[in-house]
Amino acid sequence: MHPAKSVIAFTTLSGLGFGLLIWLGLGAPAVTGRSAFAFFTIAYLLATGGLIASAFHLGHPERGLKAFTQWRTSWLSREGWAALLALGVMAAYGAGLVFLDTRWALLGWLGAGLSLGTVVTTAMIYTQLKSVPRWHMALTPALFLCLSLAGGALLAGQTRWAVPLLILAGGLQIAHWRRGDGALARSGTTLATATGLTGGSLRAFEPPHTGPNYLLREMVHVVGRRHATKLRVIALALMSVVPVVLLLAPFSHALAALAVLSHLTGVLTARWLFFAEAEHVVGFYYGAR
Amino acid sequence: MSHRQPDLNLSPKVSDEVRKTTCYMCACRCGINVHMKRGADGTQQVAYIEGNRDHPVNKGVLCAKGSAGIMQVNAPSRLRAPLKRVGPRGSGQFEEISWDEALEIATGWLKPLREKAPEKLAFFTGRDQSQSFTGWWAQKFGTPNYAAHGGFCSVNMATAGIYTMGGSFWEFGQPDWDYTKLFILFGVAEDHDSNPIKMGIGKIKARGARVIGVNPVRSGYNAVADDWVSITPGTDGLFILSLIHVLMTAGKIDLEYLARYTNAPCLVAEAPGTPEHGLLLRGADGKTLVIDRASGALTPFDQPGVRPDLSATHTRDGILYRPVLHLMAERYLSSDYAPETVAERCGIPADKIRAVAGEIARVAFDEAFELDRQWTDFRGETHPTMVGRPVSFHAMRGISAHANGFQTARALHVLQILLGTVEVPGGFRFKPPYPKPAEIHPKPHFNVTPGAPLDGPHLGFVQGPEDLALKVDGSPARIDKAFTWENPMSAHGLMHMVISNAHAGDPYKIDTLFMYMANMAWNSSMNTRSVMEMLTDTDESGTYVIPHIIYSDAYSSEMVAYADLILPDTTYLERHDCISLLDRPICEADALADAIRWPVIAPDRDVRGFQSVLIDLGVRLGLPGFVDESGAAVYADYADYIVNHERKPGIGPLAGWRGEGGNKTGRGTPNPGQMARYIENGGFFVSHIPKAASYYKPWNAAYQNWAVESGLYDSPQPYLFQLYVEPLRKFQRAAEGHGEHQPPEHLRDRLKTVMDPLPIWYETDQQGNAGFTVNALTQRPMAMYHSWGSQNAWLRQLHGHNPLYVPTRLMREHGLRDGDWAKVTSPHGEITVPVREMAALNDATVWTWNAIGKRKGAWALKGDAPEATRGFLLNHLIHELLPPKGDGLRWANSDPITGQAAWFDLKVKIEKAIPPDESQPAFAPLTSPVGQGPDHLEWKVGK
Amino acid sequence: MTELPDTTKRKLGLVIDLDTCVGCHACVISCKGWNTENYGAPLSDQSPYGADPSGTFLNRVHSYEVQPKEGAAQLIHFPKSCLHCEDAPCVTVCPTGASYKRVEDGIVLVNESDCIGCGLCAWACPYGAREMDAAAGVMKKCTLCVDRIYNDTLPEEDRVPACVRSCPAGARHFGDLGDPDSAVSKLVVERGGIDLMPEQGTKPVNKYLPPRPKDRITETAPRLTPVAQDIGGFLGWLDRTLERLPGGDS
Ligand SMILES: Nc1nc2c(c(=O)[nH]1)N[C@H]1C(S)=C(S)[C@@H](COP(=O)(O)OP(=O)(O)OC[C@H]3O[C@@H](n4cnc5c(=O)[nH]c(N)nc54)[C@H](O)[C@@H]3O)O[C@H]1N2
Ligand SMILES: Nc1nc2c(c(=O)[nH]1)N[C@H]1C(S)=C(S)[C@@H](COP(=O)(O)OP(=O)(O)OC[C@H]3O[C@@H](n4cnc5c(=O)[nH]c(N)nc54)[C@H](O)[C@@H]3O)O[C@H]1N2
Ligand code: SF4
Ligand code: SF4
Ligand code: SF4
Ligand code: SF4
Ligand code: SF4
Ligand SMILES: [Mo]
Repeated sequence: MHPAKSVIAFTTLSGLGFGLLIWLGLGAPAVTGRSAFAFFTIAYLLATGGLIASAFHLGHPERGLKAFTQWRTSWLSREGWAALLALGVMAAYGAGLVFLDTRWALLGWLGAGLSLGTVVTTAMIYTQLKSVPRWHMALTPALFLCLSLAGGALLAGQTRWAVPLLILAGGLQIAHWRRGDGALARSGTTLATATGLTGGSLRAFEPPHTGPNYLLREMVHVVGRRHATKLRVIALALMSVVPVVLLLAPFSHALAALAVLSHLTGVLTARWLFFAEAEHVVGFYYGAR
Repeated sequence: MSHRQPDLNLSPKVSDEVRKTTCYMCACRCGINVHMKRGADGTQQVAYIEGNRDHPVNKGVLCAKGSAGIMQVNAPSRLRAPLKRVGPRGSGQFEEISWDEALEIATGWLKPLREKAPEKLAFFTGRDQSQSFTGWWAQKFGTPNYAAHGGFCSVNMATAGIYTMGGSFWEFGQPDWDYTKLFILFGVAEDHDSNPIKMGIGKIKARGARVIGVNPVRSGYNAVADDWVSITPGTDGLFILSLIHVLMTAGKIDLEYLARYTNAPCLVAEAPGTPEHGLLLRGADGKTLVIDRASGALTPFDQPGVRPDLSATHTRDGILYRPVLHLMAERYLSSDYAPETVAERCGIPADKIRAVAGEIARVAFDEAFELDRQWTDFRGETHPTMVGRPVSFHAMRGISAHANGFQTARALHVLQILLGTVEVPGGFRFKPPYPKPAEIHPKPHFNVTPGAPLDGPHLGFVQGPEDLALKVDGSPARIDKAFTWENPMSAHGLMHMVISNAHAGDPYKIDTLFMYMANMAWNSSMNTRSVMEMLTDTDESGTYVIPHIIYSDAYSSEMVAYADLILPDTTYLERHDCISLLDRPICEADALADAIRWPVIAPDRDVRGFQSVLIDLGVRLGLPGFVDESGAAVYADYADYIVNHERKPGIGPLAGWRGEGGNKTGRGTPNPGQMARYIENGGFFVSHIPKAASYYKPWNAAYQNWAVESGLYDSPQPYLFQLYVEPLRKFQRAAEGHGEHQPPEHLRDRLKTVMDPLPIWYETDQQGNAGFTVNALTQRPMAMYHSWGSQNAWLRQLHGHNPLYVPTRLMREHGLRDGDWAKVTSPHGEITVPVREMAALNDATVWTWNAIGKRKGAWALKGDAPEATRGFLLNHLIHELLPPKGDGLRWANSDPITGQAAWFDLKVKIEKAIPPDESQPAFAPLTSPVGQGPDHLEWKVGK
Repeated sequence: MTELPDTTKRKLGLVIDLDTCVGCHACVISCKGWNTENYGAPLSDQSPYGADPSGTFLNRVHSYEVQPKEGAAQLIHFPKSCLHCEDAPCVTVCPTGASYKRVEDGIVLVNESDCIGCGLCAWACPYGAREMDAAAGVMKKCTLCVDRIYNDTLPEEDRVPACVRSCPAGARHFGDLGDPDSAVSKLVVERGGIDLMPEQGTKPVNKYLPPRPKDRITETAPRLTPVAQDIGGFLGWLDRTLERLPGGDS
């Protein structure tokens, strides 16, 4: 799939933002007043920044409200509702913390649940796609969720949680890659099922047009194998290994900030790979794998 | 849960008006419905084009080019006004001038030529459909130097067919799609009959009939063929003669048919060394004689009641006369043509050749059938039924664009005739005005009188050496050296030799080269780089070697840059045209048909239909036929000419609605309302051939009478198919030293060999090809028309560049992978181009799409358009002359009989290359006289 | 509405004959022409005269090579447009309801005025049958020419998709695949029509007729028995045969 900057930014940033909101909703850290304001600002900037980034991806953002109508079938619509509700609930909850120094715990739990739900719906948008076997597995929401929780914990300064979650996320990421690498083959879709042609070995001869097209740009992105392996190592290191090492070192604000930065860069890289490595089955028609 | 969905308007109005005319995205000439809608500016604009269901050619279907016509009519590359060259030739620098000035300039150049030396004008046209008109203009001008593009296109196909059976493939005939059960296609990628062939293949496949494709490349029609014969290029003749060998040895030939309708029983003199040798026995009236089986007597072939004997011989004056069939048996039974002998050379296993022959025989004879239609032949005999032999053949440039193409095409015709499958149900059928015996075609005319018209039509069919277009001193009368000993039967002229001969001043110098609709500075020339040099070459005094070049194009093609004066044409939706029976009509095997184009939209630029411009020029030059005695114009414009011109009394460009009341067909006085009747009828006219006349046309009295009534013949013209072509023998005979017309010494041996009156196969000249072992071909893409398609925003997305397709074996041998580049070398030149693997390809052949490569700056495309950076022309590797042989002469890369350009004889070698920035050779960009196209396109007329 | 209807009254679709398609692209361009002027926004083109010409097309013709173990390779032209799936994943993913499947005939459509251009439906379609128009920012797809097939301003015989009407080889057939007695359904049975990517579970309505077996002539054709090996033998055969023909001596 085409690794569109807007979508990579959206999923990464909003994942972090909602991750942070989850922790805030759970009351970890138990902040109020100005520091609550600071935490909530960061969370909202990340979460809504991501949403705004995703709007760049739309052909008609001005019709965005229509996207709330199809929650019964569409994960994208559900994501919209979940995000809206999460942000609304968390806003009320945050207002209590910031302005009234009051923690409405129940509301916090609810907000955390909705934020978690938002992350899951985001992941489900990809997971549901049978046409992209690398995404079409339970590991995808698990990974998204774990990354969100880990990143949130990191931002929330929940080192105790952050370290195991980062390690778990690293593990899930490795599992996702490994299962993902065989997913296309396991899906059963091949050039032969795509064309129904039998009787010998099959080869895509000529593309339908010599010119480029939307499908190729959007769905048939080929990353070099060597390149991908290198990026995986970098992503894993930045996303999990480096932050864990930094968190285990004696605490300093600078190191914590570095850990966040490293994690963010790592997730962005992993997310780039998430898209760039994902093979859409339409690629078979174009002779891509 | 209730399902909600929007209410759609399921019956939106498609258009305000439909105007019906004829497509011209290629020469197939389908009928189109042009849907017009009111645009934003309030004018009626072209909104959508679809096929016309009532039209005899396409019956509603439309190809990609036809549907994309809307993008052709809107193309930014359209020329806008007459242009006068201001920069050096080839730069593309022009200024726009008025029509008056343009026509004054042209008249200023042409008038003195007409008065003193009309031959100094060479007027050559491309694939236009007004050759009966442009030829007539040239005739009235008085120059012998006129032809169209047929000489480099498929003259082998045309002449071989006409000399052999009075009609050819091309678009002049078609398989009997309704009844054929086995269709064998040789060397066709697309053809002029493009939609009908596709419709036909679809139709027979739906019926379960089978298709065999003989082609080194298995794409398009060959991809859907049930069986593929991946022949080695240039060897079809050998393959076909081998099929003939197998069929004759098995006695699988139609003796009845041969005896009645062909010259198989005609008698050939066997008197080696004498002038009589090889000539046919004729009666006093010149009619060929046969032996009647009943009486054993010599009888004219067409005598009522005669039963020509295929076997008996005759002796007269000590000379033995043997029937043609004897000569054929003698030749083709020879083991030289046994499948086992030819298999390797043709690249086809012997058993496969035997299988194909077996299948042909099975279908032709075991699946023969009869149509319950009574008919009477030219000898007066009535046949209760029509016997069908459901095997049909079609072929085009794959066999004709080789230097042995004439004889190969002959071989194929002889094969179909031996099977008795021409003009019978299920076989191959002619379309009017064919069949037509070779003898009733005109002969070439070339006698020049300054200030006066030529003595007759330029092009024709020679019957012997006496008809050649030679001056008294034996030198060629025509600039292209058509109808000379080098290529005696060059019935379509040799457009591909015009520029090089004019440049060399051989046989003489010319003053003005006037071309129409032919991109000679690019894809229609061999040796493109040198042609560009010849067009720009100057003499010592600095003047151009070809002093004046006038060109008419509708678009900013490569050739535009090489002219001094441009006469911009309209597009096909903006002008009158006529697709005439005098020319290349749109007939079907069951119907006579012709068509028009009319301006369904008005040009929004200062352009004029070229034919109307020629009429204007004719008037300015005072050409007879164009002005009356008082000097006044006879025709206001081309539309006026179409309706009112009479070639012979009662016969004009259009056959429909003639006569004052418009109730005459074929013959009748001009009808002022004719054009309106055509428009009303959808732009075409059809007159159906009566059922009893629908097959056996050359011999069917009903057809012959109908053809006379329809104005196709002046009198019935029954004739015999010429398995043995006597005019060929007459050239051989001259080469043997007999007769008053004698060839130059250096051509004698060649003439003796190639002008064989029975089909032969010979290896095309391989001198200089040592080490070049790969055949290199082009094919036409179905969605592109030569160079024009690239200016079309929709079509160029399909074919924006062209890889060289390389067979798996050669890919491996040269370590090539898809996307790599290769250097391709011929004895003449070198190109570096991208490659792509193709498995379904003869493994000694590479190919590419024709004419996709473009010169930078042409066609209003941006300089970095893929056509110019990755696209390429194979033409750079093909030379109009063969490599020097060391005999001091340069021999043409042409068929020695017809002069047909041998595009497909090209031999190359390939090697992997470091990818260059762009395909090589690359040329300097042209200045675009029309600027460049826009960056976005959202075409929609309605709201 | 992106919920799929439980059933549709009819299943209109195309049957494409891979044995007959010559790869001419006529259907591609007639589709482009019709749908540029009709349903919704025009199908736009970017860089139409430049380096990377690229536009929206609802139907594209691919080509594939099949190399059997023995014998010559084959080339198959392969047109592809929306298959109007019964379980259309492109519909259910759509957040706005712009994508829907019609109850009366099963045609899958995009209501362009509801489309936000998120592109998700194109991702969901395994076949590459949806293309986002770069100029209009809305999703385009084959409409099965819904504005032709019921259009009572058109003559009855023209109420078929533009691509079907224009296909010169007659390789495209249109009809109700839900009706076992329709011509298209019979054709599918007779020629063993197949689904593309059945494992994706989309249940496409459009069917493809596989190419017939090729290159069998050396197995199936008879071999001819010689009647003569040389001219003498031939003339003998000729005389014997001529005698048996009408007008023969005997
Ligand atoms: N390598 C290779 N070369 C080949 C061939 C091949 O098979 N292989 N084939 C050869 C054959 S058979 C042919 S016929 C030639 C064809 O070669 P050309 O006849 O040169 O081909 P076109 O590109 O059609 O060029 C015709 C010119 O007509 C112009 N034109 C188009 N419409 C109009 C109009 O309405 N009015 C006017 N006045 N001009 C118009 C176009 O802009 C173009 O410049 O190519 C030959 N060249
Ligand atoms: N779409 C479209 N239609 C066109 C044209 C166009 O440019 N585009 N041009 C028109 C013109 S001017 C012409 S002349 C006609 C020509 O129409 P075609 O005769 O179909 O011409 P080509 O495309 O040159 O195809 C030649 C075929 O012969 C094959 N071939 C080459 N050498 C051999 C050989 O030795 N033996 C055999 N058996 N096959 C061989 C090639 O592989 C190719 O398939 O098309 C006309 N129609
Ligand atoms: S074959 Fe195509 S381009 Fe040629 S006349 Fe017919 S529709 Fe037009
Ligand atoms: S082919 Fe693709 S776009 Fe069409 S209905 Fe099926 S999934 Fe949807
Ligand atoms: S692009 Fe339009 S039709 Fe497709 S899913 Fe998004 S909103 Fe729906
Ligand atoms: S049915 Fe209509 S929209 Fe669909 S591919 Fe055919 S022409 Fe295009
Ligand atoms: S129009 Fe018909 S033959 Fe041509 S590519 Fe389309 S389906 Fe194939
Ligand atoms: Mo041609």
